[in-house]
Amino acid sequence: MCGNEALAEAAIIAGCDAYFGYPITPQNEITAYMSKRMPEEGRVFVQSESELAAINMVYGAATTGKRAMTSSSSPGISLMQEGMSYLAGAELPAVVVNVMRGGPGLGNIAPSQGDYFQATRGGGHGDYRTVVLGPWSVQELVDCMPLAFDLADWYRMTVVVLADGILGQMMEPVVLQEKARRKLPSKEWALTGAKGRPQNIVRSLWLQEGVLEQLNYKLQAKYRQVQKNEIICEQYAVEDAEIMVVAYGIAARIVRGAVNKARQEGIKAGWIRPVTLWPFPAEQISKAADEFRMFLVVEMSCGQMVEDVKLAVTGKVPVVFYGRPGGGVPTVDEILDKIRQLTMPAKR
Amino acid sequence: MRFWIKSDNLRCLQKGDKVKTVFKRTPTLKDCPTHYCPGCGHGIAHRLIAEAIDELGIRERTIGIAPVGCSVLAYNYLDVDMVEVAHGRAPAVATGMKRTNPDKIIFSYQGDGDLAAIGTAEIIHATHRAEQITVIFINNAVFGMTGGQMAPTTVLGQVTATTQQGRDARSEGYPLQISELLAVLPGAAYVERCALSSVPHIRQAKKAVKRAFELQATGATGLALVELLSPCPTYWHMTPAKAMEWIETEMTRVFPLGCLK
Repeated sequence: MCGNEALAEAAIIAGCDAYFGYPITPQNEITAYMSKRMPEEGRVFVQSESELAAINMVYGAATTGKRAMTSSSSPGISLMQEGMSYLAGAELPAVVVNVMRGGPGLGNIAPSQGDYFQATRGGGHGDYRTVVLGPWSVQELVDCMPLAFDLADWYRMTVVVLADGILGQMMEPVVLQEKARRKLPSKEWALTGAKGRPQNIVRSLWLQEGVLEQLNYKLQAKYRQVQKNEIICEQYAVEDAEIMVVAYGIAARIVRGAVNKARQEGIKAGWIRPVTLWPFPAEQISKAADEFRMFLVVEMSCGQMVEDVKLAVTGKVPVVFYGRPGGGVPTVDEILDKIRQLTMPAKR
Repeated sequence: MRFWIKSDNLRCLQKGDKVKTVFKRTPTLKDCPTHYCPGCGHGIAHRLIAEAIDELGIRERTIGIAPVGCSVLAYNYLDVDMVEVAHGRAPAVATGMKRTNPDKIIFSYQGDGDLAAIGTAEIIHATHRAEQITVIFINNAVFGMTGGQMAPTTVLGQVTATTQQGRDARSEGYPLQISELLAVLPGAAYVERCALSSVPHIRQAKKAVKRAFELQATGATGLALVELLSPCPTYWHMTPAKAMEWIETEMTRVFPLGCLK
């Protein structure tokens, strides 16, 4: 299955009650797949008039306690930022898939990782965060979906699955199965009609002095819990590496190839791959900085995650960046060259 | 409005007098002080909604959507489950709610800035999709909460914070009759414009609001919308009584009352 279809089916298996979306390339397979499969399952599919409407339909379904999701690609995700800020303010669970494409503006439809800042910094107005998952294979994309829904319900926040045009279009064999899930709290806050209980109100407006400040502290405390409990990060060849390459998503797949080649040449290279981009595995990277000589960060952008790496490394060792923006995809050889350059400076 | 009381009826109640209640608060309307300005129409509109909900017996399965504007705090007055949403997006939120909860009664309460300016796309498309929702559209011809700026529904010549010489069609365009626009869509089940300016008009408005809820409760296909011409004495710079008069003499000329569909 292609990544887009696989993630859609995984969402259905994960118990997604409603999907709302607006067509945009390179994620159209999700919308088309959902339009067929959701009604088959007796669930809800609506093609909205815009991404603004789609995220607000998600908001509506989420207020009633349903598992709702939307998907889009970069320009559409920009339009959704208003709704995502409201979801954060109202503490509603939601899953948003961003199959990133080249930007800024209308950009192009080639794969990109240019939305890292937007995804990991909240993206809309106000002090908030979203959980951001950055899978690197179609299988991991599939595995991200139940995790995304569970995290969204558990923490009552938006979970962004940050894929890209390659992952969305790429075909790989996948195992689709129901997995053991978290035991989630019941949604007593949901709007289900005030029957036998006082009225429930879902809101994000707090005008009284100090109340909004307290809400923000509450959100921050929740975010700290996420940072404490939910970081996922994968490492390779950490034992003896002289250079650690940091990358996420499809860029990490390419990096893996480059590191393997470098190893064959006798270069002691390894890689670190954050799977959760927020919460960011800062501690793991900081620890690595105590042991290795340098970091190379590879992204399909002009350098966004590299800032988080630098914040984690706190100047202990050099952090070098290599990236290809605007739909450019680095090749294994390009990255290998960079690794050679950095590890054998004297010979050049 | 004038009241005459016959002088021979003026007598203090005494023990043993039989008293008949002819008017009381309807249960879905909460017993609390209002934050609205004197002479504001929101209070009347809230009451009509609460009465309709109680008369239809649907309170326990009704979910309301409060807009951005003065009536964002509608949940302080209406004792039903309610949600706050982004400016103009209520019909999209209502779509998400109703599609996932077809047994619930979903209504949005939106002002003219919310529904006729920033949320034009959402209301047109929710209607066009024939969403089974009820929309109560409060048209008071200004943006109230932000300080009385021009709304799409501001009438020509009307002085607002952003049309200080009066609205001029050459630079600010014409008042937007959005109910007429929606009424031509096949997805609209019911569209009526009423006014909150006099007892007969309010009674008609009550009938319309109730019908808009009843249609959804009985599973009619399509969106039901009631536009209520509502006074904003504060930003019309008028007394409450004068504001009621202005609805009848000025507003209804641009926004004629009646059932549009």
